[in-house]
Amino acid sequence: MNNANGAATLAPVADTRRPLALTPTENLKGYLGTHLGRGLLFFITFSSVLAVLLILVFVVARSVAFFSTSSVIEFIVARDWRPTADEPVFGALAIIAGSLYVSLAALVFAVPLGITAAVFLSDIVSWRIRNIVKPLVEILAAIPSVAYGFFAVLVLAPWMQQHLGFSTGTNALNAALILAVMALPTIVSVAEDSISALGRELREASYSCGATRFETMTKVVIPAAHSGIIAAVVLGMMRAIGETMVVWMASGNATQIPHPWWDLSQSIRTMTATIAGEMGEAPEASLHRSALFAVGVLLLVMTLGLNVVSEYFLSRAKKALGKA
Amino acid sequence: MRTVILSVIAVCLLPGAPAQAEALRIDGSTTVGPIADAFAEYFKSIDPKLEITVKKTGSGDGAAALIDGRCDIATMSRFMKDDEFAKAVGNKVMPVAWTVAMDGVCVVVHPSNPVSKLTSAQVRDIYSGKITNWSQVGGPSMPIVVISRDTSSGTYETFETLIMKKQPMAAGVEYVNANPQAQTRVKTTQGAIAYVGLGFLEGVKVLSIDGIKPSRQTVANGTYPLSRPLFLFTNGFPKLGSPLYRFVTFYLSEKGQELVEAKGFVPLTNY
Repeated sequence: MNNANGAATLAPVADTRRPLALTPTENLKGYLGTHLGRGLLFFITFSSVLAVLLILVFVVARSVAFFSTSSVIEFIVARDWRPTADEPVFGALAIIAGSLYVSLAALVFAVPLGITAAVFLSDIVSWRIRNIVKPLVEILAAIPSVAYGFFAVLVLAPWMQQHLGFSTGTNALNAALILAVMALPTIVSVAEDSISALGRELREASYSCGATRFETMTKVVIPAAHSGIIAAVVLGMMRAIGETMVVWMASGNATQIPHPWWDLSQSIRTMTATIAGEMGEAPEASLHRSALFAVGVLLLVMTLGLNVVSEYFLSRAKKALGKA
Repeated sequence: MRTVILSVIAVCLLPGAPAQAEALRIDGSTTVGPIADAFAEYFKSIDPKLEITVKKTGSGDGAAALIDGRCDIATMSRFMKDDEFAKAVGNKVMPVAWTVAMDGVCVVVHPSNPVSKLTSAQVRDIYSGKITNWSQVGGPSMPIVVISRDTSSGTYETFETLIMKKQPMAAGVEYVNANPQAQTRVKTTQGAIAYVGLGFLEGVKVLSIDGIKPSRQTVANGTYPLSRPLFLFTNGFPKLGSPLYRFVTFYLSEKGQELVEAKGFVPLTNY
């Protein structure tokens, strides 16, 4: 019966014949293996950290020329962005506002939708259907952003002009809607994970106190999962604020702050679109190029800030789970 | 010892040298790019060994690449700027311009728009925000949606120099990043105005500027106010008979003119 058994019983016998002390070569091999392997793994891990650091250093270094000649306050407060004029003006307020407009408006659409979808997937629909629907939602993240951009220009823009009476279809609302769709998979996925991770006990305790399903959802489950949900929202916002191609195609790229402020039917321009659109023609070592890097620094600071916030809430969500 | 090193270097260089002569690196304008592409395709069909790469990164990038020696031909939809020229000479690069074709920048509106002519001053006022409604230029009462190409395109630069005359564009001007996109936006937007190359007029209405309609004649002879030459720049005058020389003089041949026309531009010889 048992070749396999025989081999298993033989092995320890073979082991006892080996001398306990290692020869110097074996010792060296083991030492080198351990330390070289560890070093190699450390290097591989560190290289991605290094990439982040190098990007930071590079972007900051290239923007120094700009920040040394103009004041930071003026850069952030002035609205005029005229990089190619005879007397160039670099005021980033309009494009900062543009970035915030589209990403916040995108959140207004995406957050209620995303959280509702997450609750639906985690608590309402059957496990089998959830396992079909969730990957489908995540496919949204795999569609190239330029494809979204084409949709925005060719379908959504003319539709808005015909049915909503906007004079221009490429505007803040268009970009925000597309960004909302793009941020959805992140929000749904992360929020669903944190809601379904809460466990049965919490829900059953709530039901046993006489709460309805709706009350359990809105007053127990969602508040309990709030850290994970906030992290999901922040991650979604990062996706929206860093997106370039879609806003470049859908937002109209007009360097203005909408007036009145709530009028999303006007064209705006974001920081990412400004960098992508102007880098090509900004001559090397010019103030214009350096100013674009300054915009990049601003963008980096914003996303890093958001990243820290999301890490904070994600770690809180994990801790809360640990306690439960 | 030294001879060994030298021969090693020689061996390393030998296979590289002829390969380099058989390769053309082209970089620059997105407008001139299609011409360079068509020429390159034709050259490759005659001489399959010739390697030609055509990059389309913008006129400014093309100039920078020529200055740095990263390309053999810079395609440009504008002439080199003074500082680019100075930088090139400082780098021991002598830019030589070859005018391969003429391009007309056409001002276009939605087909339903009754306005059919504008002066260049009116176009300037529209883009600088002084005129905001079509009724101010003899059209229906409808806000003007002003669409411009992005500031890194050669088309923008031409429009800016020929029409804007250093006046800043209004804050509400929208920017799109390609000719087809400008065409699409005008086609689908009633109040829109934009400017595109001659090859992108399908489905939109072309305006005459200062009383002259853009056509092959008016663009080729330069009477249309928004016509411009398209350039290839080389480093110095190329060696006669070299692939580089044949490439930059190809526009003079019948086939070259045919290709220029097929891409929607006007051959220089068309007076």
